[in-house]
Amino acid sequence: MHDPAPMPEVQNDEEVPLLGAQRLGFSAGSQRLIRDIDLTIRAGSRTVIMGANGSGKSLLLRLLHGLIPPTEGHVEWCERPLDTAARNEQAMVFQRPVMMRRSVAANLRFALSARGIRGAERAAREAEAIASARLEHLVNRPARVLSGGEQQRLAMARALACAPRLLFLDEPTASLDPASTHAIEQIIDQAHDDGVTIVLVTHDAGQARRMGQDLVFLDAGRIVETGPVAQVLDAPSSAAAQAWLGGRLYLDPTHSSQT
Amino acid sequence: MESFTAILAEALGLILSGDQAVIDIVLLSLRVTLTAVVLACLIGLPLGAMVGAFRFPLRTAVIVTMNTMMGLPPVVVGLVVYLMLSAAGPLGPLALLYTATAMVIAQTILVTPIVAALTRQVVEDLNEEYAEQFASMGIGPVRRIMALLWDARYSLLTVALAGFGRAAAEVGAVIIVGGNINHVTRVMTTTIALETSKGNLQLALALGLVLLVIAVVVNGLVYAIRGSATRAAYA
Repeated sequence: MHDPAPMPEVQNDEEVPLLGAQRLGFSAGSQRLIRDIDLTIRAGSRTVIMGANGSGKSLLLRLLHGLIPPTEGHVEWCERPLDTAARNEQAMVFQRPVMMRRSVAANLRFALSARGIRGAERAAREAEAIASARLEHLVNRPARVLSGGEQQRLAMARALACAPRLLFLDEPTASLDPASTHAIEQIIDQAHDDGVTIVLVTHDAGQARRMGQDLVFLDAGRIVETGPVAQVLDAPSSAAAQAWLGGRLYLDPTHSSQT
Repeated sequence: MESFTAILAEALGLILSGDQAVIDIVLLSLRVTLTAVVLACLIGLPLGAMVGAFRFPLRTAVIVTMNTMMGLPPVVVGLVVYLMLSAAGPLGPLALLYTATAMVIAQTILVTPIVAALTRQVVEDLNEEYAEQFASMGIGPVRRIMALLWDARYSLLTVALAGFGRAAAEVGAVIIVGGNINHVTRVMTTTIALETSKGNLQLALALGLVLLVIAVVVNGLVYAIRGSATRAAYA
């Protein structure tokens, strides 16, 4: 049994609220899949979201990015309602990268054109993105024939080419080998150094330590624990996090998930 | 009655000798059919793509209607177009009845639902794959449709081929609105029907062979293009 989590607030030194969720919830029929999420993501932070399978991590990410409208509460971007213009300042990379049926370069050009970036600037950003993802030798290859690691690097490059202020990452290395994982983490590090705020969903505690500053732990659609990554991973206070980190299945007796 | 081999030999002779009547009929057939397929694609591709990519009220009813119209009886389409274009019909003043244009109109009506319904399915499948990424990238509706049509282009070639097959083999509608007038509206299928009834089997078989060869060539081309696209992971 654990105490209810206090209102979580993920902060860093800059203290600029970039993204906020108030009483965020999502229900499908009678099932409350996400509930009572209060969360603040500050500019320049690196937030890791963890939790067991089915705890609602990916769904929360989609709600925060505005891909799915919440059934309760709301999301704010720079203290304004999250709209299309706000979402254009964000980007998301999915666990399984969606590659368009085009070449590597054409995938990047499509993303840049969609943001109204054309001509010399588009060419420059395209070249920069290809170089950052180390895909120079594959630039004219169809994106769908690339390896999983190459596709994910392209997905990262495509997301970052549009210069987002916040990058959502939904288990971007879940199906990658250690070398490809390292390459993706380097790109994330570089993006963060360039000022991009990072929100990363991962199951990998090692990756959470390497990539995260703050950790949000979810259980049954609720935040049950937050804090600095090392603190939560080394001394979890919630029963759900303790069980998950101990490799045990945790069933919270106080929540049937149907209510 | 002559033996089949004798008729076949005479038919091949007509084709190989470059008989002017055969050439005129084949060229008119291709002109009418290709024009109808192009028009059907201009209407059916964006229509099918919009239904495939967007959710809106009565969408299911639209899909059921499109699928049902794929099986429109050609003679009924011919009859309706005839009534519209006849002197007493609303489009009578245009004087299009018994012209190649009337045949194009009838074939376009027959082919458009096929193109639209098959496009809807192709685009819907691709949209399911792209939807979340496009939403994240803030892709607007027009760019979304254009991208889906472009990325599905090799699958849509097969859709256009299905429309071509329907138009090229069709006889019921074009014979009603075209009238099968020599050198004006006489196409391969109507000529085959007419010449067979007259007992002029050589010309009928010659045109039948040409029709088959066209079908094989078009199918072969599309198969080759799709095959290379699949190998290159563009399809």
